[in-house]
Amino acid sequence: MNKKRFNIRMAGIGGQGVVTASHILSNGMVIMGGESTLVPFFGSEKRLAPVESYVRIAHGKIYEIGEIIYPNVIMIFHPQVITHGKSYTMPFYSGLKPDGVVLINSDQPINLVADEVRELEERNAHIYYLPATTIAREKADTDLATNMAMVGAISAIMGIPDLPSLEQSVKERFLGKGFVVSGGTAALDNVIERKFAKKEQLLKKNMEVISAAYNYAIEHGWAEHRQTATV
Amino acid sequence: MADSAGVEVKPGATVQAPPQAASAGSEASRQRVVSPEYMFFEAPRERAFITGSEAAKEAIRRANVDIAISYPITPQSETMQQVGALWAEGYVKEYYRGEEEFGVMSAIAGASRSGARSLTATAGPGLMRGMEVVASWPGGRMPLVLLIMCRVINAPLSIQPDNAELAYLLNSGNIIFHAENQQDFFDYSLKAFIISEKPEVTLPVAVAVDGFFVTHARGYVMLPPSDIKLTPRDPYHEAIPAMDNENPPARISRDAPIQKSNFISYHVHASWQQEVWAAVERSRKYIDKYMGGLVEIVNPDAETIIVASGSAVSQSREAVRQAEEDLGERIGLIKVRSLRPFPTRELREACKNAKRILVPEFNCVGWLHREVCTALYGYSNAEIIPGPRVFGGISLPTEMILQYIFPDKKFAF
Repeated sequence: MNKKRFNIRMAGIGGQGVVTASHILSNGMVIMGGESTLVPFFGSEKRLAPVESYVRIAHGKIYEIGEIIYPNVIMIFHPQVITHGKSYTMPFYSGLKPDGVVLINSDQPINLVADEVRELEERNAHIYYLPATTIAREKADTDLATNMAMVGAISAIMGIPDLPSLEQSVKERFLGKGFVVSGGTAALDNVIERKFAKKEQLLKKNMEVISAAYNYAIEHGWAEHRQTATV
Repeated sequence: MADSAGVEVKPGATVQAPPQAASAGSEASRQRVVSPEYMFFEAPRERAFITGSEAAKEAIRRANVDIAISYPITPQSETMQQVGALWAEGYVKEYYRGEEEFGVMSAIAGASRSGARSLTATAGPGLMRGMEVVASWPGGRMPLVLLIMCRVINAPLSIQPDNAELAYLLNSGNIIFHAENQQDFFDYSLKAFIISEKPEVTLPVAVAVDGFFVTHARGYVMLPPSDIKLTPRDPYHEAIPAMDNENPPARISRDAPIQKSNFISYHVHASWQQEVWAAVERSRKYIDKYMGGLVEIVNPDAETIIVASGSAVSQSREAVRQAEEDLGERIGLIKVRSLRPFPTRELREACKNAKRILVPEFNCVGWLHREVCTALYGYSNAEIIPGPRVFGGISLPTEMILQYIFPDKKFAF
């Protein structure tokens, strides 16, 4: 049975675009015809400080509001969330539902202490290490696209929202709704045209990162577990 | 939208309305007056995905508001900032920032008594600061709307959504609605003006909503078109006529009971306050007519019933859905839309067969639990469970509600 809803907690550090990633994921689900609600952690948003954002996505109606205390999907955008405790929720998997998914941005597995390993095993957690920052550097030549890699991989793992919806979501995020990419450029002055060219490039690179991470997740067989995460 | 809601005023300069305010040809000047019935029920609606603050703004845009007075406090500031933008666009005739909440609540009282359709808003500590005046509004028979974006009032200090403050407002004589989501916040705010100004009501209406969860999060809101607005206030068909050059101040303010003998004072106060609370009760028929009743009931035949208001309703809906889909159990849900008047008779009827009643709340004092106990005393044999409750503004997880409903099952690690 393909479960209809995912409650996702994202944790990262300020400047990584955690909240932006949650907007893109959330809006992507709405574009796909589903529902989504999004709550960032309100407080002291600043560079390198802990950041959390919570996204609910579903095919059906969503009533719940507020932070997600018991997620079935957790996304860790930076290894320091775990290794340095840069998080509002400690340990990083607190509240994780049985058979849940933890997607961690790290090039290699992180050495967890014995209690953490045991508790994750008790929950039958699926832990996936994605070299998100490395993919971002390779495809977009910038760490700043790390969030796009995380979005691409989690989309592959959950099965929703699909890549076309994510692409539209990225466009709306960076160009604004109702922006017609193909028309009206004649009316724009040179300055706007230059910005437009940059944004086009930005969109293209972001989508390359999303696709690469999506494929990485598929190739590693992570999508096979998408049915097991329950609410 | 004009982002420059504030107009710089230099010393000695003549204060003028912003050039776009209600100027001929502006969108605001082209708004058409429609009946409340048309606005609420007949006008075509389109779906928007907006924050609670934006939903309030859209209600005020269509409410034909004469004056709004505000003082900033999180999480209310964003809404009143948007009302400033409405003023700059000409949708609200007068708008200014008071010195603090005591001043704001006093000033808006004067605005209301002068016959203007009046709006203010505050949150948590701001409500507590203004409470002296807020508690005097009903006796002054002042139709106005107060939006409350609930936040923590007690120490340790926090800006998070927690609605303990409503406990202090419950017995002030104000009518109080508690909105569940962005759609409610739009609808209740708009309808509050009309209910407030009904001749047999003539009372202030507070529309409360849980901060951040609703004010700063987006949700779907069905909106009527922006080119229509409500009929203006008619202050000469209210329980007390407005003060103007021909109508002196109402007798209560011209000949205050405090100047009379004690016995006259007691008598005046008794009859006056009984009339205030009778007016609160008389608002019921308009709440029924415009808001679909004081309560909404889901699965009325269930043995276990959740009674909730505000954001706790949303969490409860999700718990009801999960109980039905995942566990095959039907759980009842009573959403309390109106806290004053309180739906006493509705609860007695809806709970007559209930065996267990849960009252989830976003505060530590459990004011709704007390209200439910008082309403059902002698009318129900159900166990009325005080909770679950969350403190300090954290969200109430559905798992916590389910754990209370099914104590033998395990819903989280």
